Amino acid sequence: MTRNKSRWINISFQFAAILLALLFTTIILLFSGAPPLQAYANIINGSIGSLKKFSDVLVAWVPLLLTTTGLLVTFTAGLWNIGIEGQITLGAIFTTGLLRLFQDSGLPPGLILILAMLAGMLGGALWASLAGALKTFGGVNEIFGGLGLNFVATALTLWLIFGPWKRPGIGSMSGTEPFPNHLWLPMISGTRLSIWAVIIGIIALAVIYIVLRGSYFGLRLKAVGKNIRSSFLIGIPTSRYMMSAFILCGALAGLAGAVQVTAVYHRLIPSISSGYGYLGLLVAMLINYKALLVIPVSLFFAALNIGSIQLPIILKLDSTLSGVLQGALVLFFLMMDGVRQRVLRKAER
Amino acid sequence: MKSKTLWILTSLLIVASLILAACGGGATEEPVATEPAAEEPTAPAAEAFKFGMLLVGPYNDHGWSQAHYDAGLYIQEKLPGSEMIYIDKVNPADRAGTTPAQLAEELLAQGAKVIIFNSDDMKDSALEFAQAHPDLPVIHASGDSAWTEGKDFRDLPMLANIMGRMEYGKMIAGCAAALTTQTGKIGYLGPLINDETRRLAASAYLGARYCWQNYLGKDPAELGFKVTWIGFWFNIPGVTSDPTQVADDFYNSGYDVVLSGIDTTEALVEAKKLKDAGQTVWAIPYDYKGSCEEATDVCLGVPYFNWGPAYLRYITAAQSGTWQAAWEWNSPDWADINNPDTSAVGFIKGAALSADASTKLDEFIGALAGGLNLWTGPINLQDGTAYLQEAQVATDQEVWYLPQLLEGMEGQSVSE
Repeated sequence: MTRNKSRWINISFQFAAILLALLFTTIILLFSGAPPLQAYANIINGSIGSLKKFSDVLVAWVPLLLTTTGLLVTFTAGLWNIGIEGQITLGAIFTTGLLRLFQDSGLPPGLILILAMLAGMLGGALWASLAGALKTFGGVNEIFGGLGLNFVATALTLWLIFGPWKRPGIGSMSGTEPFPNHLWLPMISGTRLSIWAVIIGIIALAVIYIVLRGSYFGLRLKAVGKNIRSSFLIGIPTSRYMMSAFILCGALAGLAGAVQVTAVYHRLIPSISSGYGYLGLLVAMLINYKALLVIPVSLFFAALNIGSIQLPIILKLDSTLSGVLQGALVLFFLMMDGVRQRVLRKAER
Repeated sequence: MKSKTLWILTSLLIVASLILAACGGGATEEPVATEPAAEEPTAPAAEAFKFGMLLVGPYNDHGWSQAHYDAGLYIQEKLPGSEMIYIDKVNPADRAGTTPAQLAEELLAQGAKVIIFNSDDMKDSALEFAQAHPDLPVIHASGDSAWTEGKDFRDLPMLANIMGRMEYGKMIAGCAAALTTQTGKIGYLGPLINDETRRLAASAYLGARYCWQNYLGKDPAELGFKVTWIGFWFNIPGVTSDPTQVADDFYNSGYDVVLSGIDTTEALVEAKKLKDAGQTVWAIPYDYKGSCEEATDVCLGVPYFNWGPAYLRYITAAQSGTWQAAWEWNSPDWADINNPDTSAVGFIKGAALSADASTKLDEFIGALAGGLNLWTGPINLQDGTAYLQEAQVATDQEVWYLPQLLEGMEGQSVSE
């Protein structure tokens, strides 16, 4: 009975958070002299208004799904893997490197693509293990280490694009020379969506869900995240577990980078990570690290990103509105969660 | 009891939100009431000739993108019945998971009859889109894919490339710098290194050297001209060199004029700061007509792009069905380089330019108008190899694809 009641309390608080976020965004819209309902209608229409548009949402969804899934692992271990942006980037760099190496090798394209995905995972995992090593052996907080490594990753990308990997003729902001069509993940005709990318994303989530929920590893990882000292005292090799969390997350981030290269941009571009790492952090916070919520919430965020494209076209509105709404959602969820805990604690007393 | 207060609190919040949301909606109830709100405005404007623009930066960036946006407004004004639709911040950092080609499709779906891609970033997308729509007029600004003699020619029937000959703007800027410097040292704040940025920095140097020699009668060997590349078109903390820092280093090591080759105005802002602190320094921004306004008392002038006239010609051609693929590299209108209706490139003098320098600068502009070509040999590349022989005039290719900086310029020539 009480359990049921607190569940309802939770839901109403979450509902209130959504309303507050909408309210906040609406007020901002009103202040900027824009018609809020029309803006929302355009976002909805622009994201799920047609099958084509929804397929665009799915294109943006897969990398977000992968990064958020990866972050579930590090969050479970109590780690803030801010370095995920760099891990996506390194994944993309490794994938590009492998494709460049093998594109004229005569190997079957399918095999090259599989190798490219694995290379991406390796790149992300290596970069994450750097942040992990800095944390576990160097005592550098993973937030600072990760941020620093993000900068290095971006600098490395730019250097490659304008230096060793520049196009024949002219170094271009538009990235490296695009790969031939047979090295693209096959797309559903008439769309930009690769069903393979979607499958990879869902499998990744399923695997992580099972690992976190149903395995001994997941259980111990959770213990490390909840209380690292006592975990250590009861004999869990905490450093090794934290490193594993970094590496797993990095591999998934790298896979997201590989998808960006093989399924979305078909080359290495300056901002290949597209901010999916930071967006993934928002989603992970919003869902309070519940694996099953990753799918709908990241889908919702991707839909906001794609839907908001209509705002400048139709309403001459700044499309960063979607970012405002995303940020507001996270803020108000965290805030309402704080309020809820306070209220519940009072109620218990 | 406690849970009752909780419920009251929650309900109050919800009610308050609903009321506010309803108020918010009130003003706009009407347009939304008609279900297909999105189509509504497009229906009556069916006769309007829509052209779509993809802007790499914010439409109001006081730089590259705004110069294009303003050109769109210019067309709307000059070509009755035309209407610009645009998407700005078209770059993967701002619009995750999208490509310019995909966004061009959105503009097409909204009725655009011409699509303009405004940046080098969008090269592949512009080509992909032009290939997918062989009957639709497409402009890729700054590109070279439609140049039959270019290194990267693609035979696409409706693709046009447009670019202004900013080389002249940069020569004028370089001249203004040379006429003003008291230390004889000019700094050039460069973005990233590619053919375009190299030829622009080199043009600034050629202008500076010419005026230094011919109007001031000084030895070119005594003119310092240093290029420092920050690594990108604007500052990315932790990735590029900080342009403010680079400008500061220039000013504090004897370079009293800094020319900006980047999209943002750090050099100007830094000059202003130092001037207020008592130093004698100047700056020359880039790209956008109104840039000097940020700090008039240190600004020697600004070379800027004026995309309006060329775009107007092309949109008009698209409307009348006479569109042709072409590569255009447009010169200033030498009768009046600041004529908004005719000149592709201009230079607006800044308040900090002295009267004497201004007179000489006019003389220089007059000489350019009269046919003076600074891309005439002998010109050596930075490493000393001869690029143009005595009296040899550079071809467009030799300027466009300049492989190195020039002899006499200090700074990196290629990304290593």
